[in-house]
Amino acid sequence: MTKLGQWLWGLALLGSAWAALALGPLGPRVPPPCRQVLLPLPIYLLVAFGCYSLATVGYRLATFNDCEEAAAELQEHIGAARADLRQRGLRF
Amino acid sequence: MAAGAADKVSVLLPTYNERENLPLVVWLLVRSFETSGYSFEIIVIDDGSPDGTQEVAEQLVKIYGSDKILLRPRAKKLGLGTAYIHGMKHATGNFIVIMDADLSHHPKFIAEFIRKQKEGNFDIVSGTRYKGNGGVYGWDLKRKLISRGANFITQVLLRPGASDLTGSFRLYRKEVLQKLMEKCVSKGYVFQMEMIVRARQLGYTIGEVPISFVDRVYGESKLGGNEIVSFLKGLLTLFATT
Repeated sequence: MTKLGQWLWGLALLGSAWAALALGPLGPRVPPPCRQVLLPLPIYLLVAFGCYSLATVGYRLATFNDCEEAAAELQEHIGAARADLRQRGLRF
Repeated sequence: MAAGAADKVSVLLPTYNERENLPLVVWLLVRSFETSGYSFEIIVIDDGSPDGTQEVAEQLVKIYGSDKILLRPRAKKLGLGTAYIHGMKHATGNFIVIMDADLSHHPKFIAEFIRKQKEGNFDIVSGTRYKGNGGVYGWDLKRKLISRGANFITQVLLRPGASDLTGSFRLYRKEVLQKLMEKCVSKGYVFQMEMIVRARQLGYTIGEVPISFVDRVYGESKLGGNEIVSFLKGLLTLFATT
């Protein structure tokens, strides 16, 4: 199954379970306090996922390494490479 | 440090206008292989650069020998995927390393790739900018944000089991790369991503090594709107078809 298929499958499964409990035939048997939570649940989940995404991307952005030492080391290596290659007769 | 006697690494270097960088990256490659003791060859696939990349490559063959540096040029710019296929035909190593020739990938990491490969007997070892000590140099906040955002969306949609999908510094078993090249059709950033996704589909194992990516265009963003659009298109195509 494609990733798209897996997503649709998962959403359909969760969606129909939610619809059956919140709106459909099983509705009357769910105690009222639970129904009140159940009805807006998809929206809550969506918002929670959005928050999670923003927090994750934000955290990873803030902790993205700046490789200053790697850049400095590369410059050093480039200098050594140039000198050695010139000595071996390379015309740049 | 003794290396497995049978192991040989073929480095594929696709170049286009890399006259300045090619000698430097070759020098660094040779030095790091001499340190680590692995046998190696460097296959330069130049796509008819007008700046004299091939001329400087010929000088390098004279310096290092035609068993170490192999020139396999093509007449014109034909793209990365076909460059790998072309280079692979001439590769004699059992491992193939693909990397950029513009010095954004430091050859010192190849020894770590091989160590990692041995550790888990992986089919692919991928360099990652997003884990451990990995990172980038020369990216502004916007570039980092796009990179992190795109990576997050990709992880959510594709669950690829590797943290850096658009990176192009990797080690493959030769037969694995051959198999993957038959399957992959995308171009640009998406090509690197498709390689990992297809690898997972085919049941290949992937190890990861943190790398530092030193961008050659300091501070300036190379990522244009066009590239973002084609990345998203490619991502959605993979999402719907794999």
